[in-house]
Amino acid sequence: MANTQGTTGLLGWIDERFPLTKSIREHLTEYYAPKNFNFWYFFGSLALLVLVNQILTGIWLTMNYKPSAADAFASVEYIMRDVEWGWLIRYMHSTGASAFFVMVYLHMYRALIYGSYKKPRELIWIFGVVIFLCLMAEAFMGYLLPWGQMSYWGAQVIINLFSAIPVIGPDLSIWIRGDYVVSDATLNRFFSLHVIALPLVLLGLVVAHILALHEVGSNNPDGVEIKKLKNDKGIPLDGIPFHPYYTVKDLVGVMVFLLFFCVIIFFAPEMGGYFLEHPNFDPADPLKTPPHIAPVWYFTPFYAMLRAVPSFAGTQVWGVLVMGAAIVILFFLPWLDRSPVKSIRYRGFSFKLSLAVFVVSFLVLGYLGALPTTPGRTQLAQICTILYFGFFFVLPILPAFEKTKPVPERVTWK
Amino acid sequence: MKKIIVALAFLALPTLALAAGGEGYPLQVAPIDLHNKASLQKGARLFVNYCMGCHSLEHQRYNRMARDIGLTDEQVKDNLIFTGAKIGDLMKNSMSKSDAKQWFGVVPPDLTLIARSRGVDYLYNYLQTFYLDPTRPFGVNNAVFPNAGMPHVLWELQGWQKPVYEVRKDKAGHETKTFKGFEIVQPGSMSPPEFKEAMVDLVNFMAYVSEPIQLKRQSIGIWVVLFLFLASIVFYLLKKEYWKDVH
Repeated sequence: MANTQGTTGLLGWIDERFPLTKSIREHLTEYYAPKNFNFWYFFGSLALLVLVNQILTGIWLTMNYKPSAADAFASVEYIMRDVEWGWLIRYMHSTGASAFFVMVYLHMYRALIYGSYKKPRELIWIFGVVIFLCLMAEAFMGYLLPWGQMSYWGAQVIINLFSAIPVIGPDLSIWIRGDYVVSDATLNRFFSLHVIALPLVLLGLVVAHILALHEVGSNNPDGVEIKKLKNDKGIPLDGIPFHPYYTVKDLVGVMVFLLFFCVIIFFAPEMGGYFLEHPNFDPADPLKTPPHIAPVWYFTPFYAMLRAVPSFAGTQVWGVLVMGAAIVILFFLPWLDRSPVKSIRYRGFSFKLSLAVFVVSFLVLGYLGALPTTPGRTQLAQICTILYFGFFFVLPILPAFEKTKPVPERVTWK
Repeated sequence: MKKIIVALAFLALPTLALAAGGEGYPLQVAPIDLHNKASLQKGARLFVNYCMGCHSLEHQRYNRMARDIGLTDEQVKDNLIFTGAKIGDLMKNSMSKSDAKQWFGVVPPDLTLIARSRGVDYLYNYLQTFYLDPTRPFGVNNAVFPNAGMPHVLWELQGWQKPVYEVRKDKAGHETKTFKGFEIVQPGSMSPPEFKEAMVDLVNFMAYVSEPIQLKRQSIGIWVVLFLFLASIVFYLLKKEYWKDVH
């Protein structure tokens, strides 16, 4: 018996009951992606690869990790020493956490330069920002689990931020910790959230992100909608099937990524104290505050903003609000950028300059967030915070004086 | 694109100005060599004899140490276990935490991971810079870790030393002291070069203990990276072959 997909035999039997061939066609062999993807288009699939890495290594770490204040630190060392290949699994997970943020930051930067958040891709962008938020929560909670000094005091500092919220703050932070200080109760709930709650949400969001992408089709470095020009079979003229073309291309990206990833895992798993912070090799001690508490590198830009905002009207809440706003404002990006031109290739100098200032201020904030404060550094962080937000305020007025170049009908190729 | 690079370069300037700065006692680099088994064995001997009374290695097993530093289980049992522990046991000691707290004011920390948290150079210099200071409870202070709670355990090897300062008076009569180095007041059983060498061994051993897998990790890593390098080329050629049809 033939079905709508024209398959027979076992596959035909399945296809009559489950959209197997249909899904493969819709999302792989007959999903038409623009043929002009460049270097920046590797990072989506690589972020997915790292997610899979985190989930698999996470499952095996969970088999040997003990989520209690008394045993957590020792169980990590047990994994590092006594579990067969435990050291590799642990380093894959710890390096993967940083790699995840590297991939996601580069992936987001790609969206910024090619206008991938613009109509009709607003929802893809919004799902993406929620993924980013979720990932931050996931990383933050995972960082408590080794129960080292930085795990402990980092968590203490961040959870205390909530107590700056007027009225409900102090009770809220106790509710989050489940105790008056970060303790065994906190570790247990963070473990639960880290290994099941947030990964579930993360996976669901990634599926939504990809479904939304496949509904509207991928953007490209020229910011041209390839669906506008189709051949007589309804296939975009500038489109090529995702499989096999982009699967083989992404595999090259995967290999090169793994090359860098493994160099770090096997030769510099601490990455000079940026991926695994040195004080985190001291077990958590609630009575000994480290002289300098720094979050892991991927949080430092936001941490720098938090510290840059002075307390005002007797409360520290402004720093917390600014830090939150730095992420929340990303949700509005599709509507703040009013230029009809998507890609940086055809945008004017004013946009390029704004973006450059934005990127540099973000990097400088990241650098400052890892260091102890001095008055000079705080001042620089304040300037960079203003520049960071400035980007979003400049975007709506840019089209008034931005000289854009004409966008071609078809993608440019070779 | 060029414009962006120029803009980025200018904006990156302030970060360079922030990159300077330093603090504390200048640390000498510890010339350790994890491949040197003899040095690791000497370091292990020093550790169990001088450190382990107070400091445990509670994440490290005796037999793992034996295997990694080139000793047999018998050799370790006969020479390096003083606590009645079994060969597969973790390297703990018998001092109770409450006693330790009473005796030293702080519980001497477990040292399994100290080389990873403080760095080998810190340990190497810390161990060599105990000096006489009658104001301290144990009569010694430390240049790297001022007001350390630890007595100078290695005094019978190193002897006792005192700091030498150069005193300068400015026009107003204010004295400024600059530290010039240490001077042995009472020699120990080792000469200064011998002691330095012994501390290299000890720190070498602690670096090993902090991550026993590190040498193997690197030797596996070479093959992994080599494989991935070749795989990258193969996959690149595969991609090129497929993409021949894309016009």
